[in-house]
Amino acid sequence: MSIKVQNISKSYHKFKAIEAISFEVNQGELFGLIGPDGAGKTTIFRILTTLLIANEGTASVAGYDVITDYKAIRNSVGYMPGKFSLYQDLTVEENLNFFATLFGTTITENYDLIKEIYIQIEPFKNRRAAALSGGMKQKLALCCALIHKPKVLFLDEPTTGVDPVSRKEFWEMLKRLQKKGITILVSTPYMDEAALCDRIALIQNGKILRVDSPENIIKKYDKKIYTVQSKNTYQLLENLKNYPSHYSVFAFGELIHYIDKNSDFNPKDLNNYLQENNQTAIQINHVLPTIEDIFMDLSNINQ
Amino acid sequence: MTEEKIISVNNLTKSFGNFTAVDSISFNVNKGEIFGFLGANGAGKTTAMKMLIGISKPTSGEASVAGHDIKINTELVKKSIGYMSQKFSLYDDLTVRENITFFGGIYGLTRNEIKTKTALLVEKLNLHEMANQLVGSLPLGWKQKLSFSVALLHEPKIVFLDEPTGGVDPITRRQFWEMIYAEAHKGTTIFVTTHYMDEAEYCDRVSIMVDGKIEALDSPKNLKKLYNVTSMNEVFLKLARNIE
Repeated sequence: MSIKVQNISKSYHKFKAIEAISFEVNQGELFGLIGPDGAGKTTIFRILTTLLIANEGTASVAGYDVITDYKAIRNSVGYMPGKFSLYQDLTVEENLNFFATLFGTTITENYDLIKEIYIQIEPFKNRRAAALSGGMKQKLALCCALIHKPKVLFLDEPTTGVDPVSRKEFWEMLKRLQKKGITILVSTPYMDEAALCDRIALIQNGKILRVDSPENIIKKYDKKIYTVQSKNTYQLLENLKNYPSHYSVFAFGELIHYIDKNSDFNPKDLNNYLQENNQTAIQINHVLPTIEDIFMDLSNINQ
Repeated sequence: MTEEKIISVNNLTKSFGNFTAVDSISFNVNKGEIFGFLGANGAGKTTAMKMLIGISKPTSGEASVAGHDIKINTELVKKSIGYMSQKFSLYDDLTVRENITFFGGIYGLTRNEIKTKTALLVEKLNLHEMANQLVGSLPLGWKQKLSFSVALLHEPKIVFLDEPTGGVDPITRRQFWEMIYAEAHKGTTIFVTTHYMDEAEYCDRVSIMVDGKIEALDSPKNLKKLYNVTSMNEVFLKLARNIE
């Protein structure tokens, strides 16, 4: 077991940031904490990287306890916080050198691990970190978190505010790091990134809604989801919300995802109702749920 | 939708030294339209947007926003628009009420108008219990709904939204878009950037910037047809590869 979290709680004054959180991450696993801002993801990261002490519960990383063995943890993990935290007035190369020295190593010693990422920012190695673009900062931060060859890598929202192309590239990079034997705990507010993890924890308002592989979470979900579309999407949204047996109605791009309360729901009845409401080009299809569907349902039930 | 042009941009360019961030872009936005302004990080979206809201001078080219020239009448531009971003929107250490009063004042509303607007907003957003709480203590989703409403306090013709839903939970994200729809329905023009490609599907038209240029501009439906794909995500991936 690479990360073990048991009944961890943390409050800031009266505010309960996380409540009785438990999960385990296996050696070499790519594990995702999936949830919106304010769910408690960063608090979990800070506790596991020994920067914050939990009010209750125990946790260990790479076999070390977060309280008693905090120094050993700091030596064996890499941490990339959500907020860019490198030295803005040092150059790319100076930052990397600094972090290598801090951990008693050199850039050349572990160059293999970062090579693929570093060559992309190497042309700018004499540029100060402050003057880098968002994408380059992210790559530099990842290099700095990897330079001492950590056993466990913590990445707090590495793709927030990042465009879809760069997000895709970043995840490909993570997969390659995973193959080198590094355990990765990554958080993200983007539900579509859940599918790229081996296992995930869905988290909302400080509580874990589910822990499992994305495939299993989808397989075990028992509600039937239908996509509905017509000529007038805006009106369709209203119509569906007024349909007496509707359970939930959510826009998904150009489609609407619809769940009915009744198990004997017949799409034909809904089709008739929509026709009566002057909808045209109506299409209703049964689809498999996405993690986003399930997240919304679970967080609704929990509130 | 009326075809009245509320934003018109002509060969707008911005260079920093020998780097051209925005490279002679031209487009129009119609009144009441939801216009999605997409692009990879570093493609020049923010620079273009800064020129349109009157806080950055173009190197060359023209643009008018709500009938005002962005080079000459920057103050008039600012008065006709609302702006909200993910990063800076409201003051965390002021209460909901204080924020509304403060921004109302900035936008030049009278004391009475501010009072009416505050009551209206608290009612509309169902903020009764939170009206006297510090904004910093609100969940992000609430903050974003509130700051959207604050950006509309002075009833601007256009509202610029810079990644308004980043990090917001999926339910609130959808509620936020319903607010956008309702506002556009009233005739307000919405100019929005986002990294959520499902949200790109909700726009009337979408432009995609690549390396300072607008590479594509059309309705999501037409763009998908043009690139022969089924989602805006694929359109984006096809167009915006390997920037930086």
